[in-house]
Amino acid sequence: MGKFLARRLLNYVVLVFLATSFAYLLAATNLYPRGYFEQMQPPPTPEAVNAQLDALNLNDQTPLAQRYTTWLGGVLQGDFGRTIQGGDVTDQMWMKAGVTLRLITVATLLGSAIGIAVGAYAAVRQYRRFDKAATGVSFFVLSVPTVVIALVVQVLAVAINDGLGFQLLRYSGEYSAGFDGAWWELLGNRIHHAILPTFVLAVALFAAFARYQRNMMLDVLNADFVRTAMAKGLTRRRALLRHALRTALIPTITYFTFTFGALVSGATFTEKIYGWHGMGAWLIDSIFRQDVHVVAAVSWFMAVTIMAASFLSDILYAWLDPRVRV
Amino acid sequence: MSTNTVATAEAASAEPAEEAPVLEVTDLAVTFPGLNGNPDVHAVRGVSYAVRRGEVLGIVGESGSGKSVSSMAAMGLLPDHARITGSVRLHGEEILGLDDRAMARRRGRVISMVFQDPLSGLTPVYTVGDQLAEAVLIHAPRMSGAAARARAVELLDLVGIPNAEQRYRSFPHEFSGGMRQRVMIAMAMANNPDVIICDEPTTALDVTIQAQILDLLRTARRETGAAIVMITHDLGVVAGFVDRVLVMYAGRPVETGTVDDVYYRSRMPYTMGLLGAVPRMDLADQSALVPIQGTPPSLSDLPPGCPFAPRCPIAQPECELTEPALLAIGDQPSGAEIRAGDAEGAGAGTAGTPGAADTTQRVACVRSGEITDQGWTAQDIYPVPDIPASPLAEVPREERPEVLRVSDLVKHHPLTRGAVFKRRVGTVYAVDGIDFDIREGETLALVGESGCGKSSTLMEIMGLEAPQRGSVSVMGRDTATLGRSDRFALRRDMQVVFQDPMSSLDPRMTVFDILAEPLRTHGRPAAEVTRRVYELIDLVGLNTEHATRFPAQFSGGQRQRVGIARALALEPRLLVLDEPVSALDVSIQAGVVNLLQELQARLGLAYLFVAHDLSVVRHIADRVAVMYLGRIVEIGDTASLYARPAHPYTQALLSAIPLPDPEKERARTHIVLRGDLPSPADPPSGCRFRTRCHKFPTLSAPDQERCTTVEPRVAATNGGDQAAACHFAERRTGV
Repeated sequence: MGKFLARRLLNYVVLVFLATSFAYLLAATNLYPRGYFEQMQPPPTPEAVNAQLDALNLNDQTPLAQRYTTWLGGVLQGDFGRTIQGGDVTDQMWMKAGVTLRLITVATLLGSAIGIAVGAYAAVRQYRRFDKAATGVSFFVLSVPTVVIALVVQVLAVAINDGLGFQLLRYSGEYSAGFDGAWWELLGNRIHHAILPTFVLAVALFAAFARYQRNMMLDVLNADFVRTAMAKGLTRRRALLRHALRTALIPTITYFTFTFGALVSGATFTEKIYGWHGMGAWLIDSIFRQDVHVVAAVSWFMAVTIMAASFLSDILYAWLDPRVRV
Repeated sequence: MSTNTVATAEAASAEPAEEAPVLEVTDLAVTFPGLNGNPDVHAVRGVSYAVRRGEVLGIVGESGSGKSVSSMAAMGLLPDHARITGSVRLHGEEILGLDDRAMARRRGRVISMVFQDPLSGLTPVYTVGDQLAEAVLIHAPRMSGAAARARAVELLDLVGIPNAEQRYRSFPHEFSGGMRQRVMIAMAMANNPDVIICDEPTTALDVTIQAQILDLLRTARRETGAAIVMITHDLGVVAGFVDRVLVMYAGRPVETGTVDDVYYRSRMPYTMGLLGAVPRMDLADQSALVPIQGTPPSLSDLPPGCPFAPRCPIAQPECELTEPALLAIGDQPSGAEIRAGDAEGAGAGTAGTPGAADTTQRVACVRSGEITDQGWTAQDIYPVPDIPASPLAEVPREERPEVLRVSDLVKHHPLTRGAVFKRRVGTVYAVDGIDFDIREGETLALVGESGCGKSSTLMEIMGLEAPQRGSVSVMGRDTATLGRSDRFALRRDMQVVFQDPMSSLDPRMTVFDILAEPLRTHGRPAAEVTRRVYELIDLVGLNTEHATRFPAQFSGGQRQRVGIARALALEPRLLVLDEPVSALDVSIQAGVVNLLQELQARLGLAYLFVAHDLSVVRHIADRVAVMYLGRIVEIGDTASLYARPAHPYTQALLSAIPLPDPEKERARTHIVLRGDLPSPADPPSGCRFRTRCHKFPTLSAPDQERCTTVEPRVAATNGGDQAAACHFAERRTGV
């Protein structure tokens, strides 16, 4: 098992390297940092622009291979270069990563937990009222893009706040600028701001998980081993929980880790709409700023999260399902 | 109706010597309401039986007869939407209608169940020990976990799991089918229940493992003193195991009585037909089987009269009027009474509710009295088909042309590790050097337990490719030398019929298209295709109007006929039959077996027949090859191999098959093999069978040494055609 995981890990390292290199090369050949400086007011002299670009290792007059080597050398030492504005990419990346991870961790946990519960119960009550309602809601949510959900929720929040006359729901930013207080007040403020975007992400996840879990559960609902458990003397409820749900959770949990990985980039719209300065928002912004190093760094981070999620899913799968243990 | 029931129950309890029945089912009926406008399915329609402690009741019936549903109803395991009426009493207490919580307290403690498929019956994510301990703990919440684990180990030991202490931590997938069924039985025994319901407990297992499991059930009965309700379709399993039998048809009991009465003095034409349809390997005379025409009625649209009447050879007009009640022989109303409508009182009531003490034979047939008086047997009332003798029978085997020769055939599968760089870590010796030949017009049966290499052998032959080692020649042509077009042409001569008639026919093609496909593939003109398709439909006993139907509209037996017709389309000379009848019910199976024999005689076909049912093999095969772990251990003509099996494995296989004859079956001593088939990746040294051989332990040390070191070759034993691969092959009277 250990050997198997070590080999997997090595595979992932190679994949992360390739993904990041491609992202860098793509960004370095297609983005145009020179334009970013040239359009500055007042326009700087070409010499000044070149000097700036050289300092940032972004000069398109330097051969690509040389820029790549310089960049790679830095990356290997944990330095992802500078942003186009001269800031340190690595520092900013960890900050943005913190924001995104905070948002999606809570959202995936919440969305998947509710989705699993609803899906499993819907399967048990197949074709009854609860199942029909859950199916209806899930399909409705799945058919509406997250972007629309995010906007609608925001509009509703505004309406509610207007109706109430005070700010019950926060829909912009990560925390109130200039807010000061004891640590629990700061925490409360952050949680207050996190409610809506987390809800938006969780709703979309809930729908996917509810459908997935319902199907998984239906597969095992009439399995012989559930009948065996009941024949031993377990009540139907207990047999379903202990034997059917436990078995039906295995594929869902691996699905969960993948979702988590994918959501690092998937939360982009929600971040933008709710004014959260997370990874996704950063990526979009930096493309507009022709910021090669940020694009490469975000790609690296996303590749790492997806590989980590997939690695985690391997471990979880082996842990949950004795049949795949080697 | 109810007064009758009470009267019988009182009569039963009035007998002083009689113990009260543990489980008493009275007039149980189960209906599944039809969804979306479909008609209701009346799965069980009035079943009554009672069992006392230590007693074994057999419930026999074909698929769809309601035998499993009735027992699931008694366990409270049916889905909520099933409508259940009647009464199920456990120790005199009514349990039908109890809520799930109350039923759960009784399930596993007072009444427990062993199911059919052990492979899917255990939760894959928990260890077998934990699942067993759970069964103990659920009924003894105050017991400590350690005590429950100790009890689980004890139970594993009791059901014959070696190294119970270590195997406690094994997961179900690490156990073979037979071992999983042992665990299921251990679970059923865990709380010393008073009734164990066994629902086809051995159907999914090989015969040698079946013998082990039946032995174990006898142990369970002895250990727990429980009453056993044995549900099966296998008339052999029931014969030697049960005290009383209940035969079910279309959701109703149609005959009940002691096992001897039902087997030797069957009075219901259905029972008679069933017993006549079973091939008997203990009889020297292998005349045609008695097929029961038609198929069981749909449970959602039953005829008004006797449900068996449409298939019954001695049905009278009265049979179609009302459904006959289960009554003692001679109590049935006469035909005149039925016509007069007199029978209402007797016919509708279940006066025939057999109490616990009641072992009287009861039959639901208006002509049962007549059958008794005339002493009719299955052969008297059923038209036995006349199978013509093959003209080839006159020609001695040696003079007939060879249609298939397999010499030293080998198929090894490499076992590999690693995803990117595969490396070989072992070899599965699926087929490891086998030789046989088939001559024109004869049937060679390939038998053995699952995993012995039967199917691999078939695949190698069907592939028509050069084998890894050895050679295969079809119609005298070595497959290694064939080019593409030769191979295509040669396929015409060799066709296959698969085991599962459900999945081997394309559900989206009509029967016509299914039969026309091979003809079109081989470029026959359209007019000829049409002519040939109708000829084939007629040949296998289907009707012309069947041509436009889809496979889903046919019963299993009819689908298998379509499968046979497809195989015959190109006029092959060799048919490869891969378990062609094992998915079919007994009464249907007989018809297909008869058809195969008839076709062989008429068309001079040769069959390579792969089967695990040795009774069918005895019936249909001219020669038999017994396989074990990729090798042929014994080969010879059927009559002498069954009469004098020389190899200990053949002896054990034959001995393990239960005969549908209660007296013979009780008198037999079975050779029960130890353990499971060893892994074909790591076969034992020397003789591969020695690890399970019943003869090996009786040998002297030097003889044992020879078995462990020298692999025996197939050598002629009893003279003539028979040959066995055993150093100590013997002549022994079989069966």
